[in-house]
Amino acid sequence: MVNENGEKIKISVQNLNFFYGNHQALFDNNLDILENRVTAVIGPSGCGKSTHLRAFNRIFELYPEQRAKGKIILDDENILDRSIDILELRRKVGMIFQKPTPFPMSVFDNVAYGLKLHFKLNKSQTAERVEKALRGASLWDEVKDKLKKSGMALSGGQQQRLCIARAIAAEPEVLLMDEPTSAIDPVGTLKVENLIEELKEKFTIVIVTHNMQQAARISEHTAFFYEGHIIEYDLTKKIFTSPSNQKTEDYVTGRFG
Amino acid sequence: MKVHLNKEIDGLKKNIQILSSMVEGAVRNSVVAVIETDPKLAERVIDNDILIDQKEIEIEEECLKILALHQPVAGDLRYVVACIKVNNELERIGDLGANIAKRVKHLCEHNGTETAVDFKPMMDVTRSMLKSSLDSLICMNGQLAAEIIRKDDIVDDYNRQMFIDLQELIKENPEKTEYYVDLLNVSRHLERIADCTTNICEDIIYMIKGEIIRHGHLN
Repeated sequence: MVNENGEKIKISVQNLNFFYGNHQALFDNNLDILENRVTAVIGPSGCGKSTHLRAFNRIFELYPEQRAKGKIILDDENILDRSIDILELRRKVGMIFQKPTPFPMSVFDNVAYGLKLHFKLNKSQTAERVEKALRGASLWDEVKDKLKKSGMALSGGQQQRLCIARAIAAEPEVLLMDEPTSAIDPVGTLKVENLIEELKEKFTIVIVTHNMQQAARISEHTAFFYEGHIIEYDLTKKIFTSPSNQKTEDYVTGRFG
Repeated sequence: MKVHLNKEIDGLKKNIQILSSMVEGAVRNSVVAVIETDPKLAERVIDNDILIDQKEIEIEEECLKILALHQPVAGDLRYVVACIKVNNELERIGDLGANIAKRVKHLCEHNGTETAVDFKPMMDVTRSMLKSSLDSLICMNGQLAAEIIRKDDIVDDYNRQMFIDLQELIKENPEKTEYYVDLLNVSRHLERIADCTTNICEDIIYMIKGEIIRHGHLN
């Protein structure tokens, strides 16, 4: 799938509706996420940003009252199709959460855990892949001498990069980030932002953020959500210099929300 | 609502208005000084130029502070960026007004109280362009700004005609060449003021619509 500019569409959201029981949270949303780009999703609390993100790897299915209708085409497959292999989908579409979620195990095992789920590897292959993932997450130099120490003992920023290492070890194609820096300090935030810039060469990244300056800094495209609708989706440069919609203008300039 | 940013932007608006009226006054007085060959008035324009320069620096610092501390976006960003550019153009117009005033002393020495060509129509259009551009800035009126841009051609035509007329006069009275060159300079400065005014209008349109229309034609 390509858009009118000939750019490859990695994920095409078509008429997506989402329900929490009887409450509708998303309304007929359409969105094309481009490959190897960073797409930021912004909007006030409760507008459906995270709901949208959680539909991309069907993680919402952990809660039986939640359901999605419509299509989310990843490459050429509708991932909302019942026949989709969920484990394979979640390998392809990795997720990083707001708070770092290291497992209560060593730094090494935190990364190896994801590998074991998806690949059959021997010890040396595992070690090789763990190192590659930690290097990919710009964490190797900081943890190479403490691989056996608990992942929980790292700083907040390091823990988040450990989670990114765990996600990229599974060799995903898409990385979903739900406010990945909201719980870490400015130095950690800078490192994660720099890392996102490197990661987009290999992955398609969709990031939900409340920090509009962050969206402006790191993304090429931005979608503005409001009350379950995509109000505006355009180049980040356009959204932050001359948005087309008054609601977007009011939100990014801090006049509401 | 971003209370702090709004306060800063209100302060910036006030300062741009103050600078606008200072510059408009400088151009008005320099033009009157030429028409009435009034060296005292011209002197005042020259002396006051430093106040315009000081205000320009104050506004620039204010804009930089807003950018650094508030990181404005969208309409707010366009407003501050346009103010930086308008500020610069206003200071330049102030300089051109002072340059016109500097010619008055020479004109008096050469020709007493009479000028060889009629500057009034050209001056009227230029002054009205400047005044309207500042009105459109204050009222955020993009349509008015677009109308002013179209008037720039009128001033260009006056300048061309002035060049032809003065060339003829130089041929007829070569001993007065220096005097005519002074008059030519006044015409050139007026034409430059109209150009700067056009630039201000383009900045106003960017501020309002987010469209950069420089180096192109208005639709």
